[in-house]
Amino acid sequence: MNPPRVQLSHLDNLWFQVTGTLCNLACTHCFNGSGPGVRTFDFLSPADVRRELGHAARLGVREIFFTGGEPFLHPALLEMLADSLRVAPVTVLTNATLLPERIAVRLAEIERASSYSLEIRVSLDSPNETANDAIRGAGVFSRVLASIERLCRHGLLPLVTVVRNWPLEDEPEILASFTRLLSDRAGYHRPRLKFLPALPLGRELVRIGALHDEPFVTEEMLGGFDSDLLMCSNSRVVTDRGVWVCPLLVEMPDARLGSHLADAAPSYALRHRACYTCYEFGVFCSNVSPAIEGATPPAAPGEP
Amino acid sequence: MRRLAIFGGIYSNHLALAAALADVARRNVDAIYCLGDLGAFGPAPDRVFPLLRDSGVVTIQGNYDNSLALGLPDCQCGYTDPRDNSFARLSYDYTFRRTSPKNKAWLATLPASLHLEIEDLRVALFHGSPRKMNEFLWESACSDAFLEYLLDFARADVLCVTHTGIKWHRALPSGRHVVNVGALGRPENDGGTNVWYALLTFANRFLSVEFIPVVYDYHALAAEMQGEHLPDEFIETILTGWWTTCLEILPHKERARGRF
Repeated sequence: MNPPRVQLSHLDNLWFQVTGTLCNLACTHCFNGSGPGVRTFDFLSPADVRRELGHAARLGVREIFFTGGEPFLHPALLEMLADSLRVAPVTVLTNATLLPERIAVRLAEIERASSYSLEIRVSLDSPNETANDAIRGAGVFSRVLASIERLCRHGLLPLVTVVRNWPLEDEPEILASFTRLLSDRAGYHRPRLKFLPALPLGRELVRIGALHDEPFVTEEMLGGFDSDLLMCSNSRVVTDRGVWVCPLLVEMPDARLGSHLADAAPSYALRHRACYTCYEFGVFCSNVSPAIEGATPPAAPGEP
Repeated sequence: MRRLAIFGGIYSNHLALAAALADVARRNVDAIYCLGDLGAFGPAPDRVFPLLRDSGVVTIQGNYDNSLALGLPDCQCGYTDPRDNSFARLSYDYTFRRTSPKNKAWLATLPASLHLEIEDLRVALFHGSPRKMNEFLWESACSDAFLEYLLDFARADVLCVTHTGIKWHRALPSGRHVVNVGALGRPENDGGTNVWYALLTFANRFLSVEFIPVVYDYHALAAEMQGEHLPDEFIETILTGWWTTCLEILPHKERARGRF
């Protein structure tokens, strides 16, 4: 059976895989296998970024995202963020272990200088230090909380993103624990939290094993489905090795669509298990994502 | 010269709507437009309908109106956070129960958009965005390039929307305009208790946009909301001007300006 094809309806989200797959951490669930010394993909230069920004602006791009690897390993990241903020709102996805005072100050200056929002998305995996560091590495928990404190002190409100690794019924309790932790340890009293699904890709796939048949997206499933909820209908990723269809599939050779945005193929066939994850949860790579049905809402402030 | 008054997001705030209409009546406007979302948040949803009809307000459908008209199970507000969705549900269930069948049938007759030609400019009115009724167009989250694309998409020189509840206007490099007219239903998360509408003046292909603050008896609205047992969080917003719900959808700049 042929996998269904999805057209790019509009380039809402342009991603730069700015440090390739180079990261200072090696998280056990990393979906693109990033880590120390991993050079599957390499750095983009500020000139690469400026060239693609120009093309993306002509296409009507809505938002820019910086990911990796760890973007703050790039010595010219701040320059590229400022360049991008002249074109569109920007989000940078970071593990927040490389954000000393000097960088936090500069980020806040860059944010204030733009009329567009700069979102700092910080990854954390558990409100419990031991559980978090088992996934992300020893000592990471404390360093991240210190970074969040610095960002907040300079007027930035980071989006704390967490890969959901608990049963849905535990969600209100987990949310309350994160809220307490961020307030007590980072002085972040109105935390912005975003929960993400785990992806059956990269090291996570090795970790969970391919033991059961995951469903794939079929033509029938797309009947009556709002394809705008799929990343491939509204996003593209620029890497040093060309343009990929979405940030999840950068390790898949078939997901490379061209050398530059200008010559990238306009459609993609949904061949992967991750495509089903995207179908199931919808646009979760963006800063806002649909709420999960069945998750009980937590108590509002002031409620018992 | 032609002058339009445009507002949206009434959210059952009939007191603010009456105050806005009284203000508009003093300003010599040629037409009044409402960009939808008549219900939600506030009390006694049926009260806004006669006000709109008696003043000849030309109204388009918002997502709330679309849901009420079609009897859908939720408001299609586009929130993404469980707490925000829980408040949206309370509000929608109340509004659905208290909107008369006659008014729901009227909502079903409203168009989803309007295209006007004013002083040689093409003006498009939508609730959320030209491509989706419930798409949020926040000032700090929309690039110039994206807004130019939306204007092309709508085949317009001037695009007017609401849905977010916070007003803004941008004159683009192409000379075209996007105006988010804000909302009459609740204050815009700046600590002020007033609400806003937009006045668009067209003269010789030139557009000027003015946002008009509307002061109304918000204590009376809060008392009505209490009487209807609407959530304390909603009443707090009316009394303080700070949003207490629907916060997770806000981009960084809009969120940082608020208190919560």
